[in-house]
Amino acid sequence: MAAFRNRFIIQIFRSFTDLIPMLAVIVIFQFLVIKQPIPDLANLISGTLLIVLGLTLFIQGLEQSLFPIGESMAQSFAQKGSLFWLLCFAFCLGFSTTIAEPALIAIANMAAKIAYTEGLLENSSITVLQYALGLRVTVALSVGLAISLGVLRIIHGWKLHHLIIYGYLAIIIITPFAPKHIIGIAYDTGGVTTSTITVPLVTALGIGLAKAIKGRNPVTDGFGLIAFASLTPITFVMLYGMLL
Amino acid sequence: MIEWLSHFAGTLGATARDVFPILLIIIIFQLMIIRKPIPHLKKTITGFIFVLVGIACFLEGLERALFPLGELMAQQLTHPDFIAPNTSPSEITWNAYGWVYLFAASIGFATTLAEPSLMAVAIKAESISGGTIHALGLRLAVAIGVAFGITLGSFRIITGTELYLYILAGYCIVMIQTFFAPKLLIGLAYDSGGVTTSSVTVPLVTALGLGLATSIPGRSPLLDGFGLIAFASLFPIMTVLAYAQVSHWLNRRKYSC
Repeated sequence: MAAFRNRFIIQIFRSFTDLIPMLAVIVIFQFLVIKQPIPDLANLISGTLLIVLGLTLFIQGLEQSLFPIGESMAQSFAQKGSLFWLLCFAFCLGFSTTIAEPALIAIANMAAKIAYTEGLLENSSITVLQYALGLRVTVALSVGLAISLGVLRIIHGWKLHHLIIYGYLAIIIITPFAPKHIIGIAYDTGGVTTSTITVPLVTALGIGLAKAIKGRNPVTDGFGLIAFASLTPITFVMLYGMLL
Repeated sequence: MIEWLSHFAGTLGATARDVFPILLIIIIFQLMIIRKPIPHLKKTITGFIFVLVGIACFLEGLERALFPLGELMAQQLTHPDFIAPNTSPSEITWNAYGWVYLFAASIGFATTLAEPSLMAVAIKAESISGGTIHALGLRLAVAIGVAFGITLGSFRIITGTELYLYILAGYCIVMIQTFFAPKLLIGLAYDSGGVTTSSVTVPLVTALGLGLATSIPGRSPLLDGFGLIAFASLFPIMTVLAYAQVSHWLNRRKYSC
Protein backbone atom coordinates (compact mmCIF):
# COMPACT_ATOMS: atom_id res chain seq x y z
CA MET A 1 0.00 0.00 0.00
CA ALA A 2 2.83 2.37 0.89
CA ALA A 3 4.59 1.59 -2.40
CA PHE A 4 1.35 2.23 -4.27
CA ARG A 5 0.90 5.55 -2.51
CA ASN A 6 4.47 6.58 -3.31
CA ARG A 7 4.04 5.74 -6.97
CA PHE A 8 0.80 7.67 -7.03
CA ILE A 9 2.47 10.79 -5.61
CA ILE A 10 5.35 10.54 -8.10
CA GLN A 11 2.86 10.16 -10.94
CA ILE A 12 0.89 13.23 -9.80
CA PHE A 13 4.12 15.19 -9.81
CA ARG A 14 4.98 13.92 -13.32
CA SER A 15 1.53 14.76 -14.68
CA PHE A 16 1.96 18.25 -13.33
CA THR A 17 5.33 18.71 -15.06
CA ASP A 18 3.72 17.50 -18.31
CA LEU A 19 1.23 20.34 -18.04
CA ILE A 20 3.70 23.13 -17.25
CA PRO A 21 4.53 23.92 -20.91
CA MET A 22 0.84 24.33 -21.76
CA LEU A 23 0.18 26.61 -18.78
CA ALA A 24 3.30 28.60 -19.62
CA VAL A 25 2.17 29.16 -23.23
CA ILE A 26 -1.25 30.37 -22.11
CA VAL A 27 0.03 32.67 -19.38
CA ILE A 28 2.85 34.15 -21.49
CA PHE A 29 0.66 34.82 -24.52
CA GLN A 30 -2.15 36.20 -22.40
CA PHE A 31 0.04 38.70 -20.53
CA LEU A 32 2.73 39.62 -23.03
CA VAL A 33 1.03 39.43 -26.42
CA ILE A 34 -2.68 39.93 -25.93
CA LYS A 35 -2.00 41.99 -22.78
CA GLN A 36 -5.13 41.07 -20.93
CA PRO A 37 -5.68 39.49 -17.51
CA ILE A 38 -6.81 35.87 -17.41
CA PRO A 39 -10.62 36.02 -17.51
CA ASP A 40 -11.49 33.21 -15.13
CA LEU A 41 -8.66 32.30 -12.78
CA ALA A 42 -10.74 30.01 -10.54
CA ASN A 43 -11.74 27.81 -13.46
CA LEU A 44 -8.16 27.73 -14.74
CA ILE A 45 -6.84 26.48 -11.40
CA SER A 46 -9.59 23.95 -10.70
CA GLY A 47 -9.41 22.74 -14.30
CA THR A 48 -5.66 22.24 -14.08
CA LEU A 49 -6.06 20.21 -10.89
CA LEU A 50 -8.67 18.04 -12.63
CA ILE A 51 -6.34 17.48 -15.60
CA VAL A 52 -3.48 16.45 -13.30
CA LEU A 53 -5.75 14.05 -11.42
CA GLY A 54 -7.17 12.67 -14.67
CA LEU A 55 -3.76 12.04 -16.26
CA THR A 56 -2.53 10.33 -13.09
CA LEU A 57 -5.52 8.00 -12.90
CA PHE A 58 -5.30 7.28 -16.63
CA ILE A 59 -1.62 6.25 -16.51
CA GLN A 60 -2.24 4.16 -13.39
CA GLY A 61 -5.24 2.41 -14.97
CA LEU A 62 -3.37 1.87 -18.23
CA GLU A 63 -0.67 -0.24 -16.59
CA GLN A 64 -3.26 -2.14 -14.58
CA SER A 65 -5.86 -2.88 -17.23
CA LEU A 66 -5.53 -1.86 -20.90
CA PHE A 67 -1.91 -2.98 -21.41
CA PRO A 68 -2.26 -6.39 -19.69
CA ILE A 69 -5.64 -7.10 -21.35
CA GLY A 70 -4.32 -6.33 -24.82
CA GLU A 71 -1.23 -8.45 -24.36
CA SER A 72 -2.96 -11.41 -22.70
CA MET A 73 -5.64 -11.53 -25.42
CA ALA A 74 -2.96 -11.43 -28.13
CA GLN A 75 -1.16 -14.32 -26.44
CA SER A 76 -4.33 -16.39 -26.03
CA PHE A 77 -5.19 -15.94 -29.71
CA ALA A 78 -1.65 -16.92 -30.71
CA GLN A 79 -1.81 -20.07 -28.55
CA LYS A 80 -5.20 -20.98 -29.90
CA GLY A 81 -3.87 -20.55 -33.42
CA SER A 82 -7.17 -19.35 -34.83
CA LEU A 83 -6.27 -16.74 -37.40
CA PHE A 84 -9.90 -16.15 -38.39
CA TRP A 85 -11.04 -15.12 -34.92
CA LEU A 86 -7.95 -13.00 -34.37
CA LEU A 87 -8.64 -11.06 -37.57
CA CYS A 88 -12.29 -10.78 -36.56
CA PHE A 89 -11.28 -9.36 -33.20
CA ALA A 90 -8.89 -6.88 -34.82
CA PHE A 91 -11.57 -5.75 -37.26
CA CYS A 92 -14.26 -5.35 -34.57
CA LEU A 93 -11.88 -3.41 -32.35
CA GLY A 94 -10.99 -1.00 -35.14
CA PHE A 95 -14.54 -0.61 -36.45
CA SER A 96 -16.35 -0.17 -33.14
CA THR A 97 -13.93 2.33 -31.64
CA THR A 98 -13.93 4.48 -34.76
CA ILE A 99 -17.64 4.65 -35.58
CA ALA A 100 -18.41 6.40 -32.27
CA GLU A 101 -15.29 8.60 -32.14
CA PRO A 102 -16.49 12.15 -31.25
CA ALA A 103 -13.78 13.91 -33.31
CA LEU A 104 -14.75 11.87 -36.37
CA ILE A 105 -18.46 12.66 -35.91
CA ALA A 106 -17.60 16.37 -35.81
CA ILE A 107 -15.49 16.17 -38.98
CA ALA A 108 -18.05 14.05 -40.85
CA ASN A 109 -20.83 16.54 -40.08
CA MET A 110 -18.68 19.42 -41.24
CA ALA A 111 -17.76 17.55 -44.41
CA ALA A 112 -21.43 16.92 -45.16
CA LYS A 113 -22.06 20.64 -44.74
CA ILE A 114 -19.32 21.43 -47.25
CA ALA A 115 -20.67 18.94 -49.76
CA TYR A 116 -24.08 20.57 -49.32
CA THR A 117 -22.85 24.14 -49.85
CA GLU A 118 -20.85 23.04 -52.89
CA GLY A 119 -24.11 21.81 -54.35
CA LEU A 120 -23.05 18.18 -54.49
CA LEU A 121 -26.00 16.93 -52.50
CA GLU A 122 -29.71 17.03 -53.12
CA ASN A 123 -31.54 19.79 -51.31
CA SER A 124 -32.82 17.80 -48.34
CA SER A 125 -31.59 17.19 -44.82
CA ILE A 126 -31.79 13.41 -45.11
CA THR A 127 -29.07 13.21 -47.72
CA VAL A 128 -26.79 15.39 -45.59
CA LEU A 129 -27.23 13.00 -42.68
CA GLN A 130 -26.72 10.03 -44.96
CA TYR A 131 -23.56 11.56 -46.37
CA ALA A 132 -22.13 12.11 -42.87
CA LEU A 133 -23.05 8.60 -41.77
CA GLY A 134 -21.63 7.12 -44.97
CA LEU A 135 -18.38 8.92 -44.33
CA ARG A 136 -18.18 7.59 -40.77
CA VAL A 137 -18.90 4.03 -41.89
CA THR A 138 -16.24 4.36 -44.60
CA VAL A 139 -13.64 5.51 -42.10
CA ALA A 140 -14.62 2.86 -39.55
CA LEU A 141 -14.42 0.10 -42.19
CA SER A 142 -11.01 1.31 -43.28
CA VAL A 143 -9.71 1.36 -39.70
CA GLY A 144 -11.05 -2.15 -39.08
CA LEU A 145 -9.35 -3.38 -42.25
CA ALA A 146 -6.16 -1.54 -41.34
CA ILE A 147 -5.85 -3.19 -37.95
CA SER A 148 -6.62 -6.63 -39.41
CA LEU A 149 -3.99 -6.04 -42.10
CA GLY A 150 -1.51 -4.92 -39.44
CA VAL A 151 -2.15 -8.11 -37.45
CA LEU A 152 -1.66 -10.19 -40.61
CA ARG A 153 1.61 -8.38 -41.18
CA ILE A 154 2.91 -9.23 -37.69
CA ILE A 155 1.95 -12.89 -38.17
CA HIS A 156 3.59 -13.23 -41.58
CA GLY A 157 6.52 -10.96 -40.77
CA TRP A 158 6.01 -8.67 -43.77
CA LYS A 159 8.18 -5.58 -43.83
CA LEU A 160 6.30 -2.61 -42.41
CA HIS A 161 7.94 0.06 -44.53
CA HIS A 162 7.11 -1.75 -47.79
CA LEU A 163 3.41 -1.72 -46.93
CA ILE A 164 3.53 1.90 -45.76
CA ILE A 165 5.23 2.99 -48.97
CA TYR A 166 2.55 1.21 -51.05
CA GLY A 167 -0.01 3.07 -48.93
CA TYR A 168 1.67 6.40 -49.64
CA LEU A 169 1.85 5.60 -53.36
CA ALA A 170 -1.86 4.79 -53.39
CA ILE A 171 -2.62 8.17 -51.80
CA ILE A 172 -0.31 10.00 -54.22
CA ILE A 173 -1.96 8.33 -57.22
CA ILE A 174 -5.55 8.86 -56.07
CA THR A 175 -5.21 12.49 -54.88
CA PRO A 176 -5.22 14.13 -58.37
CA PHE A 177 -8.45 12.30 -59.26
CA ALA A 178 -10.30 13.04 -56.01
CA PRO A 179 -12.77 15.95 -55.86
CA LYS A 180 -11.10 18.99 -54.34
CA HIS A 181 -13.39 19.49 -51.36
CA ILE A 182 -12.77 15.99 -50.02
CA ILE A 183 -8.94 16.10 -50.00
CA GLY A 184 -8.52 18.19 -46.84
CA ILE A 185 -11.12 16.13 -45.00
CA ALA A 186 -9.57 12.87 -46.15
CA TYR A 187 -6.11 13.87 -44.92
CA ASP A 188 -7.54 15.00 -41.58
CA THR A 189 -9.52 11.81 -40.93
CA GLY A 190 -6.21 9.96 -40.87
CA GLY A 191 -5.26 11.87 -37.75
CA VAL A 192 -8.47 11.75 -35.76
CA THR A 193 -9.31 8.07 -35.93
CA THR A 194 -7.31 6.77 -32.99
CA SER A 195 -8.70 7.63 -29.56
CA THR A 196 -7.19 7.62 -26.11
CA ILE A 197 -8.47 4.15 -25.26
CA THR A 198 -7.88 2.53 -28.65
CA VAL A 199 -4.21 3.49 -28.83
CA PRO A 200 -2.98 1.67 -25.69
CA LEU A 201 -5.16 -1.36 -26.42
CA VAL A 202 -4.06 -1.68 -30.06
CA THR A 203 -0.41 -1.06 -29.15
CA ALA A 204 -0.56 -3.77 -26.50
CA LEU A 205 -2.24 -6.13 -28.98
CA GLY A 206 0.56 -5.67 -31.52
CA ILE A 207 3.32 -6.05 -28.97
CA GLY A 208 1.64 -9.07 -27.39
CA LEU A 209 1.43 -10.77 -30.80
CA ALA A 210 5.04 -9.97 -31.64
CA LYS A 211 6.09 -11.42 -28.27
CA ALA A 212 4.01 -14.58 -28.70
CA ILE A 213 5.15 -15.44 -32.23
CA LYS A 214 8.62 -16.90 -32.60
CA GLY A 215 11.12 -14.89 -34.61
CA ARG A 216 9.36 -11.53 -34.14
CA ASN A 217 10.94 -8.66 -32.29
CA PRO A 218 8.44 -6.69 -30.18
CA VAL A 219 10.12 -3.36 -30.95
CA THR A 220 10.44 -3.73 -34.74
CA ASP A 221 7.33 -5.82 -35.39
CA GLY A 222 4.99 -4.86 -32.55
CA PHE A 223 4.46 -1.26 -33.58
CA GLY A 224 2.83 -0.19 -36.82
CA LEU A 225 -0.84 -1.04 -36.25
CA ILE A 226 -1.77 2.58 -35.60
CA ALA A 227 0.26 3.68 -38.64
CA PHE A 228 -2.03 1.61 -40.90
CA ALA A 229 -5.09 2.94 -39.10
CA SER A 230 -4.09 6.50 -39.91
CA LEU A 231 -3.19 5.75 -43.53
CA THR A 232 -6.06 3.68 -44.97
CA PRO A 233 -8.85 6.17 -44.05
CA ILE A 234 -7.21 8.76 -46.35
CA THR A 235 -7.47 6.47 -49.38
CA PHE A 236 -10.95 5.25 -48.50
CA VAL A 237 -12.38 8.72 -47.90
CA MET A 238 -11.01 9.97 -51.23
CA LEU A 239 -12.59 6.97 -52.98
CA TYR A 240 -15.85 7.74 -51.16
CA GLY A 241 -15.68 11.29 -52.49
CA MET A 242 -15.05 10.06 -56.02
CA LEU A 243 -17.90 7.55 -56.01
CA LEU A 244 -20.52 10.01 -54.77
CA MET B 1 -21.65 22.52 -6.64
CA ILE B 2 -24.65 20.43 -7.72
CA GLU B 3 -24.52 21.95 -11.17
CA TRP B 4 -20.83 21.11 -11.38
CA LEU B 5 -21.45 17.51 -10.28
CA SER B 6 -24.17 16.99 -12.85
CA HIS B 7 -21.88 18.37 -15.56
CA PHE B 8 -19.14 15.99 -14.46
CA ALA B 9 -21.62 13.11 -14.46
CA GLY B 10 -22.47 14.05 -18.05
CA THR B 11 -18.81 13.86 -19.07
CA LEU B 12 -18.40 10.56 -17.26
CA GLY B 13 -21.49 9.20 -19.02
CA ALA B 14 -20.19 10.28 -22.43
CA THR B 15 -16.82 8.64 -21.75
CA ALA B 16 -18.54 5.46 -20.60
CA ARG B 17 -20.60 5.44 -23.80
CA ASP B 18 -17.40 5.67 -25.87
CA VAL B 19 -15.74 2.90 -23.89
CA PHE B 20 -18.74 0.58 -23.88
CA PRO B 21 -18.34 -0.97 -27.37
CA ILE B 22 -14.67 -1.74 -26.69
CA LEU B 23 -15.55 -3.34 -23.37
CA LEU B 24 -18.30 -5.38 -25.03
CA ILE B 25 -15.95 -6.71 -27.71
CA ILE B 26 -13.29 -7.64 -25.16
CA ILE B 27 -15.83 -9.50 -23.00
CA ILE B 28 -17.47 -11.31 -25.94
CA PHE B 29 -14.18 -12.48 -27.43
CA GLN B 30 -12.73 -13.39 -24.04
CA LEU B 31 -15.75 -15.49 -23.02
CA MET B 32 -16.88 -16.96 -26.35
CA ILE B 33 -13.68 -17.44 -28.31
CA ILE B 34 -10.77 -17.58 -25.90
CA ARG B 35 -12.95 -19.18 -23.19
CA LYS B 36 -10.64 -18.38 -20.33
CA PRO B 37 -11.30 -16.16 -17.33
CA ILE B 38 -9.54 -12.78 -17.49
CA PRO B 39 -6.36 -13.00 -15.37
CA HIS B 40 -6.24 -10.71 -12.29
CA LEU B 41 -9.89 -9.81 -12.78
CA LYS B 42 -10.16 -7.51 -9.76
CA LYS B 43 -7.04 -5.54 -10.63
CA THR B 44 -8.18 -5.22 -14.24
CA ILE B 45 -11.60 -3.92 -13.29
CA THR B 46 -10.21 -1.31 -10.90
CA GLY B 47 -7.71 -0.34 -13.60
CA PHE B 48 -10.52 0.07 -16.11
CA ILE B 49 -12.43 2.28 -13.68
CA PHE B 50 -9.25 4.35 -13.18
CA VAL B 51 -8.99 4.81 -16.96
CA LEU B 52 -12.64 5.80 -17.24
CA VAL B 53 -12.62 8.29 -14.35
CA GLY B 54 -9.18 9.53 -15.44
CA ILE B 55 -10.32 10.38 -18.96
CA ALA B 56 -13.50 12.02 -17.65
CA CYS B 57 -11.52 14.20 -15.19
CA PHE B 58 -9.05 15.05 -17.91
CA LEU B 59 -11.72 16.14 -20.41
CA GLU B 60 -13.63 18.06 -17.74
CA GLY B 61 -10.44 19.88 -16.74
CA LEU B 62 -9.65 20.72 -20.36
CA GLU B 63 -13.13 22.12 -20.87
CA ARG B 64 -12.83 24.30 -17.78
CA ALA B 65 -9.28 25.52 -18.00
CA LEU B 66 -7.85 25.32 -21.47
CA PHE B 67 -10.38 25.16 -24.25
CA PRO B 68 -12.24 28.43 -23.56
CA LEU B 69 -8.99 30.31 -23.04
CA GLY B 70 -7.15 28.64 -25.94
CA GLU B 71 -10.00 29.24 -28.36
CA LEU B 72 -10.35 32.84 -27.25
CA MET B 73 -6.63 33.38 -27.75
CA ALA B 74 -6.70 31.79 -31.20
CA GLN B 75 -9.53 34.15 -32.17
CA GLN B 76 -7.82 37.22 -30.78
CA LEU B 77 -4.44 36.45 -32.32
CA THR B 78 -5.88 35.86 -35.79
CA HIS B 79 -8.14 38.92 -35.75
CA PRO B 80 -7.12 41.51 -38.40
CA ASP B 81 -7.23 44.28 -35.76
CA PHE B 82 -4.53 42.53 -33.79
CA ILE B 83 -2.29 41.61 -36.72
CA ALA B 84 -2.17 44.97 -38.49
CA PRO B 85 -4.54 47.51 -36.94
CA ASN B 86 -4.25 50.26 -39.56
CA THR B 87 -4.30 48.36 -42.83
CA SER B 88 -7.19 46.83 -44.66
CA PRO B 89 -7.40 43.02 -44.26
CA SER B 90 -6.68 42.31 -47.91
CA GLU B 91 -3.30 44.08 -47.79
CA ILE B 92 -1.80 42.04 -44.97
CA THR B 93 1.04 39.82 -46.21
CA TRP B 94 2.06 36.46 -44.80
CA ASN B 95 5.01 37.88 -42.85
CA ALA B 96 2.75 40.03 -40.66
CA TYR B 97 1.56 36.92 -38.84
CA GLY B 98 4.63 36.45 -36.63
CA TRP B 99 2.68 35.98 -33.40
CA VAL B 100 0.36 33.48 -35.06
CA TYR B 101 3.30 31.30 -36.14
CA LEU B 102 4.81 31.50 -32.66
CA PHE B 103 1.48 30.65 -31.06
CA ALA B 104 0.94 27.75 -33.50
CA ALA B 105 4.36 26.32 -32.73
CA SER B 106 4.15 26.68 -28.96
CA ILE B 107 0.58 25.42 -28.64
CA GLY B 108 1.44 22.42 -30.85
CA PHE B 109 4.50 21.61 -28.76
CA ALA B 110 2.82 22.11 -25.39
CA THR B 111 -0.41 20.22 -26.10
CA THR B 112 1.49 17.25 -27.53
CA LEU B 113 3.45 16.88 -24.30
CA ALA B 114 0.13 16.59 -22.43
CA GLU B 115 -1.42 14.10 -24.90
CA PRO B 116 -2.38 10.89 -23.00
CA SER B 117 -2.23 8.47 -25.96
CA LEU B 118 1.30 9.57 -26.77
CA MET B 119 2.28 8.98 -23.15
CA ALA B 120 0.88 5.46 -23.39
CA VAL B 121 2.91 4.62 -26.51
CA ALA B 122 6.08 6.21 -25.10
CA ILE B 123 5.78 4.28 -21.82
CA LYS B 124 5.30 1.02 -23.73
CA ALA B 125 8.20 1.75 -26.08
CA GLU B 126 10.55 2.47 -23.19
CA SER B 127 9.57 -0.66 -21.30
CA ILE B 128 9.86 -3.13 -24.20
CA SER B 129 13.06 -1.66 -25.62
CA GLY B 130 14.73 -2.15 -22.25
CA GLY B 131 15.37 1.57 -21.92
CA THR B 132 17.16 2.15 -25.26
CA ILE B 133 14.23 4.35 -26.30
CA HIS B 134 13.64 7.15 -23.81
CA ALA B 135 9.99 7.99 -23.26
CA LEU B 136 10.70 11.69 -22.78
CA GLY B 137 13.07 11.88 -25.76
CA LEU B 138 10.45 10.29 -27.98
CA ARG B 139 7.73 12.64 -26.74
CA LEU B 140 9.94 15.68 -27.27
CA ALA B 141 10.73 14.55 -30.82
CA VAL B 142 7.02 14.14 -31.55
CA ALA B 143 6.20 17.51 -29.96
CA ILE B 144 8.80 19.28 -32.11
CA GLY B 145 7.28 17.61 -35.17
CA VAL B 146 3.76 18.75 -34.27
CA ALA B 147 5.00 22.28 -33.57
CA PHE B 148 6.67 22.44 -36.97
CA GLY B 149 3.69 20.87 -38.72
CA ILE B 150 1.12 23.26 -37.28
CA THR B 151 3.29 26.28 -38.02
CA LEU B 152 3.67 25.21 -41.64
CA GLY B 153 -0.05 24.43 -41.77
CA SER B 154 -0.87 27.98 -40.59
CA PHE B 155 1.49 29.35 -43.22
CA ARG B 156 -0.41 27.33 -45.81
CA ILE B 157 -3.78 28.72 -44.74
CA ILE B 158 -2.41 32.26 -44.73
CA THR B 159 -0.80 31.98 -48.17
CA GLY B 160 -3.65 29.88 -49.57
CA THR B 161 -1.42 27.30 -51.27
CA GLU B 162 -2.58 23.77 -52.10
CA LEU B 163 -2.70 21.30 -49.21
CA TYR B 164 -1.84 18.18 -51.17
CA LEU B 165 1.45 19.61 -52.51
CA TYR B 166 2.76 19.90 -48.95
CA ILE B 167 1.50 16.48 -47.92
CA LEU B 168 2.85 14.70 -50.99
CA ALA B 169 6.24 16.41 -50.55
CA GLY B 170 6.13 15.27 -46.92
CA TYR B 171 5.46 11.68 -47.98
CA CYS B 172 8.45 11.76 -50.31
CA ILE B 173 10.70 12.99 -47.49
CA VAL B 174 9.40 10.25 -45.17
CA MET B 175 10.07 7.59 -47.83
CA ILE B 176 13.64 8.79 -48.33
CA GLN B 177 14.21 8.91 -44.56
CA THR B 178 12.85 5.37 -44.22
CA PHE B 179 15.64 3.98 -46.42
CA PHE B 180 18.34 5.42 -44.18
CA ALA B 181 16.78 5.23 -40.72
CA PRO B 182 17.66 2.36 -38.34
CA LYS B 183 15.02 -0.34 -38.90
CA LEU B 184 14.38 -0.75 -35.16
CA LEU B 185 12.37 2.44 -34.80
CA ILE B 186 10.48 2.65 -38.09
CA GLY B 187 7.24 1.18 -36.73
CA LEU B 188 7.31 3.45 -33.72
CA ALA B 189 7.93 6.50 -35.91
CA TYR B 190 4.97 5.71 -38.19
CA ASP B 191 2.75 5.08 -35.18
CA SER B 192 3.67 8.37 -33.55
CA GLY B 193 2.07 10.18 -36.48
CA GLY B 194 -1.34 8.78 -35.58
CA VAL B 195 -1.26 9.19 -31.82
CA THR B 196 -0.28 12.83 -31.63
CA THR B 197 -3.66 14.25 -32.34
CA SER B 198 -6.44 13.28 -30.02
CA SER B 199 -8.18 14.80 -27.03
CA VAL B 200 -6.01 17.87 -26.35
CA THR B 201 -4.57 18.91 -29.68
CA VAL B 202 -7.54 18.55 -32.05
CA PRO B 203 -9.94 21.09 -30.47
CA LEU B 204 -7.29 23.79 -30.01
CA VAL B 205 -5.76 23.31 -33.44
CA THR B 206 -9.19 23.32 -35.08
CA ALA B 207 -9.96 26.61 -33.33
CA LEU B 208 -6.73 28.09 -34.68
CA GLY B 209 -7.41 26.91 -38.24
CA LEU B 210 -10.98 28.16 -38.13
CA GLY B 211 -9.88 31.53 -36.72
CA LEU B 212 -7.31 31.97 -39.48
CA ALA B 213 -9.64 30.91 -42.26
CA THR B 214 -12.39 33.25 -41.02
CA SER B 215 -10.26 36.36 -40.62
CA ILE B 216 -8.34 36.16 -43.90
CA PRO B 217 -10.30 37.41 -46.89
CA GLY B 218 -10.82 34.88 -49.66
CA ARG B 219 -10.50 31.82 -47.40
CA SER B 220 -13.50 29.66 -46.66
CA PRO B 221 -13.53 28.38 -43.07
CA LEU B 222 -15.09 25.16 -44.31
CA LEU B 223 -12.53 24.42 -47.01
CA ASP B 224 -9.33 25.95 -45.68
CA GLY B 225 -9.84 25.31 -41.97
CA PHE B 226 -9.09 21.66 -42.64
CA GLY B 227 -5.65 20.25 -43.10
CA LEU B 228 -3.92 21.34 -39.88
CA ILE B 229 -4.44 17.92 -38.32
CA ALA B 230 -2.97 16.29 -41.41
CA PHE B 231 0.16 18.39 -40.93
CA ALA B 232 0.26 17.54 -37.23
CA SER B 233 0.20 13.82 -37.98
CA LEU B 234 2.74 13.86 -40.82
CA PHE B 235 5.63 15.87 -39.39
CA PRO B 236 6.15 13.84 -36.19
CA ILE B 237 7.02 10.86 -38.43
CA MET B 238 9.91 12.89 -39.83
CA THR B 239 11.16 14.15 -36.48
CA VAL B 240 10.96 10.69 -34.86
CA LEU B 241 12.87 9.15 -37.80
CA ALA B 242 15.43 11.93 -37.44
CA TYR B 243 15.60 11.30 -33.68
CA ALA B 244 16.19 7.59 -34.36
CA GLN B 245 18.90 8.44 -36.87
CA VAL B 246 20.69 10.83 -34.53
CA SER B 247 20.58 8.54 -31.50
CA HIS B 248 21.83 5.70 -33.73
CA TRP B 249 24.85 7.80 -34.80
CA LEU B 250 25.55 8.87 -31.24
CA ASN B 251 25.45 5.27 -30.02
CA ARG B 252 27.78 4.09 -32.77
CA ARG B 253 30.19 6.86 -31.94
CA LYS B 254 30.11 5.89 -28.27
CA TYR B 255 30.87 2.24 -29.01
CA SER B 256 33.57 2.86 -31.62
CA CYS B 257 35.60 5.08 -29.28
